[in-house]
Amino acid sequence: MKQQDWLYEIKPKGKLFDLNLREIWRYRDLLVLFVKRDIVTVYKQTILGPLWFVIQPLFTSVIFTLVFNGFGSIDTPGDVNPFLFNLAGITIWNYFKECLTGTSDTFVKNQSLFGKVYFPRIIMPMSVTVSNLLKLGIQLFIFILFYLIFYFKGQAGIPNIYLLLSPLYVLIMAMMGLGLGMIISSMTTKYRDLTVLVGFGVQLLMYVSAVPYALSEIIKSESDWVQSALPFVIFNPLSQVIEGFRFMTLGSGAFSWGFLAYTFTISLLLFLIGTLIFNKTEKTFIDTV
Amino acid sequence: MKEEKEIILKVENLSKQYRLGLVGTGTISHDLNRWWYKIRGKEDPYLKIGDSNDRSTKGNSSYVWALKDVNFEVKRGEVLGIIGKNGAGKSTLLKILSRVTSPSTGSIKSRGRIASLLEVGTGFHPELTGRENIYLNGAILGMTKKEIASKIDEIIEFSGCERYVDTPVKRYSSGMTVRLAFAVAAHLEPDILIVDEVLAVGDAEFQKKAIGKMQDISSEQGRTVLFVSHNLAAVQSLCSRGILLEDGKVVFEGDIDSIVKTYLSSGNNERHVKLSEVKDRIGNGALKFEHIELLDKEGNNISEILSGDFCRFRIYLKYFDQVDLKDCCIGLVIYDDKDIKIADFYSDEMGVSFSQNYTSIDLKIESLMLRGGSYKVILVVQSKTVGMLRYDRIENAIGFKVLTSDFYNSGKLIRSTNVGLLPGIFTVE
Repeated sequence: MKQQDWLYEIKPKGKLFDLNLREIWRYRDLLVLFVKRDIVTVYKQTILGPLWFVIQPLFTSVIFTLVFNGFGSIDTPGDVNPFLFNLAGITIWNYFKECLTGTSDTFVKNQSLFGKVYFPRIIMPMSVTVSNLLKLGIQLFIFILFYLIFYFKGQAGIPNIYLLLSPLYVLIMAMMGLGLGMIISSMTTKYRDLTVLVGFGVQLLMYVSAVPYALSEIIKSESDWVQSALPFVIFNPLSQVIEGFRFMTLGSGAFSWGFLAYTFTISLLLFLIGTLIFNKTEKTFIDTV
Repeated sequence: MKEEKEIILKVENLSKQYRLGLVGTGTISHDLNRWWYKIRGKEDPYLKIGDSNDRSTKGNSSYVWALKDVNFEVKRGEVLGIIGKNGAGKSTLLKILSRVTSPSTGSIKSRGRIASLLEVGTGFHPELTGRENIYLNGAILGMTKKEIASKIDEIIEFSGCERYVDTPVKRYSSGMTVRLAFAVAAHLEPDILIVDEVLAVGDAEFQKKAIGKMQDISSEQGRTVLFVSHNLAAVQSLCSRGILLEDGKVVFEGDIDSIVKTYLSSGNNERHVKLSEVKDRIGNGALKFEHIELLDKEGNNISEILSGDFCRFRIYLKYFDQVDLKDCCIGLVIYDDKDIKIADFYSDEMGVSFSQNYTSIDLKIESLMLRGGSYKVILVVQSKTVGMLRYDRIENAIGFKVLTSDFYNSGKLIRSTNVGLLPGIFTVE
């Protein structure tokens, strides 16, 4: 009997980067079913159902418009209606947020399932990212609807050629949300401190990610406070994505290839590190969780 | 050229270490230390320490080996039973086999896909219907959508939940959930199926069906099954071979009948230690059992006895407080291996009164009228005068085996049905 004809071997430690793509491909149906489950079951036994996908961003935009553009009198560049401006930022920000919060508790939330059956664990966070894509789609549809309304009122800019880059922006957001989420979920298996952080951290992160204001406006600010915080906002890859997204859809803000490359690199790195840590953790997390 | 069935699963020197107590504070220093050893290319320092996994005794180390150097092989088409007491390492072994967690050292080599049925209904979503859950559960267990679709009718029929299949699972009874889940898993086509305690739920009819299905899986489809259960009858009827785990080690490997026998007797023999060391006891401790022996006519220590023979239980007592044995009632209760009470002896109802504080007392049985099987003894000593004042009570104080004999002098051995015998004879008027 030959020694090498074992189908697989279970050993204490795997390779450093041990992402078995063939195995993930074999479980692709599971990914689809998880996505379906997520979408079907979220709003079961609710009256408004999928409408909730839409209500959240709309109300947040209204509040932002009131607080920042109303009381705070922050200008939106390019004479864009502030409501539309906020809706654009929130739509793309929400995708990141949902991916992050949805994946950051992967291990803790699924311990009873993971504790009993084996399947490539990465399927779980991946399915979250994919099912959030559908939410993003619905929210984008609403955004387009409002865009058309404001366009005919003359309160919206015109999309430009950079719009073709929008899939890349969604990919960047997915990689960042998934990567960061996987890192956090891996670390929370042993140390639960991070779960507390995610809750309010995401909230705070939104304010340094240029969601309720334009990056191009804040640079012009003369406040010392704002000036000292500026590097955090500018070098925050998220604010670049959000600014870029508003620029390509509404013509409001600025765009730079340099920052796009920077953002893409960061998100790719986050994704790779996340996958690495996630893969390392999945082998024994059930003993420590 | 098929001289022997091929080995499909090979477990080599498998060990698993766990840390006891709290995970959290203090772990980070161990983690850093581990990491420091690792970058210098040294072995994990914490793998060298650790106690064997005996749940009832207090250990010195905060690390414990749930499994230690486990070796065994499984051939294709074999149904292997894994038995052992609680905490023997069965579940840990299955968890490693089903890749839920990794071993600390050692390896498992497999020639086939392993699917586990560790606890049924895993991944069932209460809001989804039975049909949707069949797809989801099947996919979790490793089937593709196409495979499930081709078998869905069979699965629904096997589960016997046809009427409910388009109702959310949260409306199901627990038995129905199990039926549905088992049906999905039974129609999986892995090369190795791991089954753990699934038959505990579900009615008798379904259990029979499930056992039948598993026999089917192994004999007709040539699949391998690893079966863990405390239901020894199910293990015995299903498995051909077995391994017995004790404190994380394989203590016995062989055909299933001898494994079950070893398991049953090991449960009894373990209390050959002095009773004074037993921690698992109830009572105020003013008077304690020190030791118990089973003696034959000649006064030899025995653990096996023939049906109908003379025997003598010798009970040693130790006094810790002001207690008068005169006012005590000593009881000895015999149970069979299924925890069914067979016989009991109480000193007070016999009118026996011990005139002084003896340290050893005998219970003499002229003819032990029990049929063949394993039995165990519960000892109790309590006050005759004050109600409910119990000094000591020990379960499973001693175990013994009764061997079948020619009780009726008819030239035939009596049946070993593990029950009591009564004097009686068939006659015609």
